[in-house]
Amino acid sequence: MTTPVLSLRDLTVDIPTRRGTLRPVDGVSWDIAAGEILGVVGESGAGKSMTGNAVIGLLDPPAHISAGEVLLEGERIDNLTLPQMRRIRGKRIGMVFQDPLTSLNPLLTVGEQLTETILRHLDVSEAEALARAVRGLDEVGIPAAKDRMGAYPHEFSGGMRQRVVIALALCAEPTLLIADEPTTALDVSVQAQITALLKRLCRERGMAAMLVTHDMGVIAETADRVAVMYAGRLAEIGPVAQIIAAPRHPYTDGLMASTPAASAGQARLRQIPGAMPRLGNLPDGCAFHPRCPRAQDPCRRDPGPKVGDSDARAACWFPIAEGEDAA
Amino acid sequence: MNLVRVSRLSRVFDVSKPWLNRVIERLPKRLLTAVSDVSFDIPERTTYALVGESGSGKSTIGKMVVGLLRPSDGNVEIEGVDLATESDETTIERIRSDIQMIFQDPFASLNPRWRVGDIITEPVAARGGDTEGLAARLLEQVGLSAEDASKYPHQFSGGQRQRICVARALASEPKLIVCDEPTSALDVSVQAQVLNLMSDLKDEHGLTYLFISHDLTVVRHMADTIGVLYLGRLLEEAPPDALFTEPAHPYSAMLIDAAPRLDAFGREVVPPEGEIPDPIDPPTGCAFHPRCPIATDICKQERPPLEAFGAGRVACHHAGQVRLKGAA
Repeated sequence: MTTPVLSLRDLTVDIPTRRGTLRPVDGVSWDIAAGEILGVVGESGAGKSMTGNAVIGLLDPPAHISAGEVLLEGERIDNLTLPQMRRIRGKRIGMVFQDPLTSLNPLLTVGEQLTETILRHLDVSEAEALARAVRGLDEVGIPAAKDRMGAYPHEFSGGMRQRVVIALALCAEPTLLIADEPTTALDVSVQAQITALLKRLCRERGMAAMLVTHDMGVIAETADRVAVMYAGRLAEIGPVAQIIAAPRHPYTDGLMASTPAASAGQARLRQIPGAMPRLGNLPDGCAFHPRCPRAQDPCRRDPGPKVGDSDARAACWFPIAEGEDAA
Repeated sequence: MNLVRVSRLSRVFDVSKPWLNRVIERLPKRLLTAVSDVSFDIPERTTYALVGESGSGKSTIGKMVVGLLRPSDGNVEIEGVDLATESDETTIERIRSDIQMIFQDPFASLNPRWRVGDIITEPVAARGGDTEGLAARLLEQVGLSAEDASKYPHQFSGGQRQRICVARALASEPKLIVCDEPTSALDVSVQAQVLNLMSDLKDEHGLTYLFISHDLTVVRHMADTIGVLYLGRLLEEAPPDALFTEPAHPYSAMLIDAAPRLDAFGREVVPPEGEIPDPIDPPTGCAFHPRCPIATDICKQERPPLEAFGAGRVACHHAGQVRLKGAA
């Protein structure tokens, strides 16, 4: 078997506070192969962005990785020093964040930002860097790329800006792309353009991608596999068709059923009672049990099997069997 | 009976630079037409949804309906009364208490220094009404408990806060509630709770909703009639099932095709071309023609009127000539 581009092994992030230690990411493990898009989905506070930040070493102190490993192409990167990490970030891991305006420097032209990044990470001449920058803009579908090199970020529309950010993330030819809610700030038609672009680029370059989003629809259209997170833990992971058509974890099932798209024509949406618990106030046992329609005694005492420990696909004591009606 | 009647509504914003700059730099005035000649009716006890991308004018229309903004042209009549021109104070007061609004951000729309009970009863207290036991009753109706009245907004989660906003909107027993993206700030599972609550309350209180959203799936679920806006113009109006299976306007079709769908894994999306044009300098004729796959010369010259078509109305010279790419 080939080495996966990214492997998380029992990744745990802790935030020490005066009132005790919070654990926003709790024992998450997964692999992403080359050319594969892993969608990470969950509601706010599920720990999905925190996981992404842990991978690229951008956790805000006092948050830190307290256990587990992050492997990039088989090599540990969670214990690197800051200068070592800087050489990886941007070069081998590209990043795209939610708000394209805050990810670009408003005082530099788009061309300057691209060539600067290329020169920093690749051993090429200035002329070559310029040519690569134009090619990069062209590849992400910016019309008249050459003429737009001298433009400032504010001269672009939201969708075009996100394209520039993607060009910037990809210009050093990374093997892994981490996209944190890349389309959340965009309109539907532009969102469709950006997701199609990400999909095409991953396929063409054989790049692995971790796509963090709260939108199941975006995941359904873009990702190959889906990881569902709840209260810092991985609830379920699997191929996108399987997760959507036959979810095993009651939370995945509830999440799916509460999207209005899934219940077109029904008078009421199925709802999950309550809300995600706060990190400082997690219930004992499985974090989902107070909201779970299937919860029984073991769920209240023990968190249940971890995904990846055995052949379990869902972190649940009583997963939904195939063909069973969950509600 | 129509509770709300919007006729030929327009709103123009002056986005010029300050006059001194204009004089020195010899710049002309710049006017942004946010809403242009929009007409629709909302029958009593129905939900009318306005859907559109950013800059389509949906929030501006909502603000004009509740009277937070004055129309530049055209008018809004609620129960046959135009608040902008009505001079009788008691009529204005009566109509105003029939209208309430729910905003997008439940963190910004509740005063952090007020107790929840005071927030909820304010619409009644401000008019000198009797607020005895009102907060407790409303809190229970929206699924919170009566003891919550003495708490402050920061003690609640996003979904609970939006419930408080709903309770406040119900306090004055309104007939019309304008909801501007009421669930956009909420997580999916919580969104379902709030949407269900809003449907239940509509039935119990005989409410009429003007529901403003960019989310097609939410709109499809909630609305009786959907109006599709683009650059401040109403392009199509139809009941949800007709709109989602057989959109008559090419823009509606594009929007529905572009929306991500749960059952669409592995689907190869051909994304729509182009972006919304600059509203300060909109295209001539039909505003959608530069992005339209079936535009012809007439589309560039003449703005199509909104005319009856199928189950609804549509503003297109070639109405009904598009097909959805993916089956809905």
